[in-house]
Amino acid sequence: MLDIFSIPLPALFGQLLLGLINGAFYAMLSLGLAVIFGMLNVINFTHGAQYMLGAFAAWLMLTNLSIPFWAALVLAPLVVGLFGVVIERLLLKRIYHLDHLYGFLLTFGLALVIEGLFQWKWGSSGAPYPAPIPGGYNLGFMFMPAYRGFVVVAALVVCLATWYGIERTRLGAYLRAATENPTLVRAFGINVPRLITLTYGLGVALAALAGVLAAPIQQVSALMGTNLVLVVFAVVVIGGMGSIMGSIVTGFGLGLIEGFTKVIYPPASNTVIFVVMALVLMVKPAGLFGQTK
Amino acid sequence: MTNQRFIFAAGLIVLALVGPFFVYPVFLMTALCFALFACAFNLLLGYAGLMSFGHAMFFGLGGYLFGYVVKTAGLPPEVGLLAGVAGAALLGLVTGALAIRRQGIYFAMITLAFAQMVYFICVQAPFTGGEDGLQGIPRRALLGGLIPIENDRALYYVVLAIFLFGFAAINRFIHSPFGQVLKAIRDNEQRALSLGYEADRYKLLAFVLSASLAGLAGATKAMVLQFATLTDVSAGMSGEVVLMALVGGLGTVLGPVLGAFVIVAMQNYLASFGEFVLVIQGSIFVVIVMAFRKGLVGEIGDWWRARQKAG
Repeated sequence: MLDIFSIPLPALFGQLLLGLINGAFYAMLSLGLAVIFGMLNVINFTHGAQYMLGAFAAWLMLTNLSIPFWAALVLAPLVVGLFGVVIERLLLKRIYHLDHLYGFLLTFGLALVIEGLFQWKWGSSGAPYPAPIPGGYNLGFMFMPAYRGFVVVAALVVCLATWYGIERTRLGAYLRAATENPTLVRAFGINVPRLITLTYGLGVALAALAGVLAAPIQQVSALMGTNLVLVVFAVVVIGGMGSIMGSIVTGFGLGLIEGFTKVIYPPASNTVIFVVMALVLMVKPAGLFGQTK
Repeated sequence: MTNQRFIFAAGLIVLALVGPFFVYPVFLMTALCFALFACAFNLLLGYAGLMSFGHAMFFGLGGYLFGYVVKTAGLPPEVGLLAGVAGAALLGLVTGALAIRRQGIYFAMITLAFAQMVYFICVQAPFTGGEDGLQGIPRRALLGGLIPIENDRALYYVVLAIFLFGFAAINRFIHSPFGQVLKAIRDNEQRALSLGYEADRYKLLAFVLSASLAGLAGATKAMVLQFATLTDVSAGMSGEVVLMALVGGLGTVLGPVLGAFVIVAMQNYLASFGEFVLVIQGSIFVVIVMAFRKGLVGEIGDWWRARQKAG
């Protein structure tokens, strides 16, 4: 009785929920990439590794220092964000005047180093992280694990808070102005280099936060961000990096499309986002929310 | 100067000819395959200004097609090589037509995404053998039995010939009127357009050429090592070819060849370090981008010119 296209409803909603959760991670990660690219003109290939660092930081805090999940949710992004600040000060700062490709290559190399070190120390098989909210709710048409529901809501809150911070606050206004014309903003007496460092730290912290949220759902492993960052690149191409809201909508939307594909035709679920990317490139090369430059 | 160049080139050719008598031939053949792969990548980046971060899809597909044609279909290796080239060219035409709609960093991300898509297809498609890959691809004689290639040394000269063919083809493209237009587009696309050159067509042609040669390199590697696996289509491989070109020197003729030999040798000697090879590779990326952006050939060239000026 309860089915569409002969697919049982609980299975459909289960996959859609999974899709929504994946979408939440796509949204958070592509948001960070867009914010960093806007300010630094660097596509941060290290994003996946920094997401992994967030998950690892939370796991190490729990196992070594018995710091609970809720504290790690704040501490881990802070630690990883600070690490990002160090990278920006030491390395990225020196290559802004070069072609974008060098930033891409530099952050790619950094990702290899970070992921290689963690794989060398902890191997590539994952470590489990206990779910901080046990149990779940029976919604009638499906069973909803409580923690997964929390992840979707938390991701939405984080995304909207980022949007608010950039579009509606004074600091955000400085940021947007500095993206448009750094020289002029500097002439107004605003410390643009510090703003750039802060932006990178913030973007990295966002990735780490996504990592902490992902830890109880996925295994914490050195390579958990490797494939994810490639999908997020496709998400960024599809959405275009022009608008914050665009990144959020695209991220969640593509997660849902992926979940839906898993129900209809499972073998294509890995590739559907790339197919969408090809279609968008044909119809609107600048991306759904991008401006043509 | 021309005299010096001639001596240099002659020396390289002699080295290439006697190489297998001093160095393990399989190592040399692998390095030559990667050298051709890196040259194909460099053709696109150095002369069209397009950085593909997904070149492994052509390299890997070339290998799989060679393996399928020779092992599963039982056809001679020439057909396998041609199939590798044709398949890669076709894939290059489709992905290239879409990727050139964006420029710069987006181009890199789009090619990377397409390569990841091809990777997932290769994991699932029936003809690739999935996680196992294609193993034990037979080495049948070339040209209807004329050239037996079971012996590593004999095969080496075949691989050297394939490499030289690819290398010469790339040099021919670069120095042809086509190459000149390509460079003009790289330096100033607007101006090239206003002069009446259809920039997109030139870029697409360069992309397809580069993809075909990458496919040839991949097919040749499958012929040498007798297997084709997922490693060759993975994002890691796309990164590796970028690293080879970067180490040798982007946009130089010999740089990618030197870079390929350095990286393949490094992987051979560091194989026992396991995961640590990734860390070393990543560190090389960081060091080169921060300090030696011209690569080995570029830096040596600078040093040589400075020395000549002084002396």
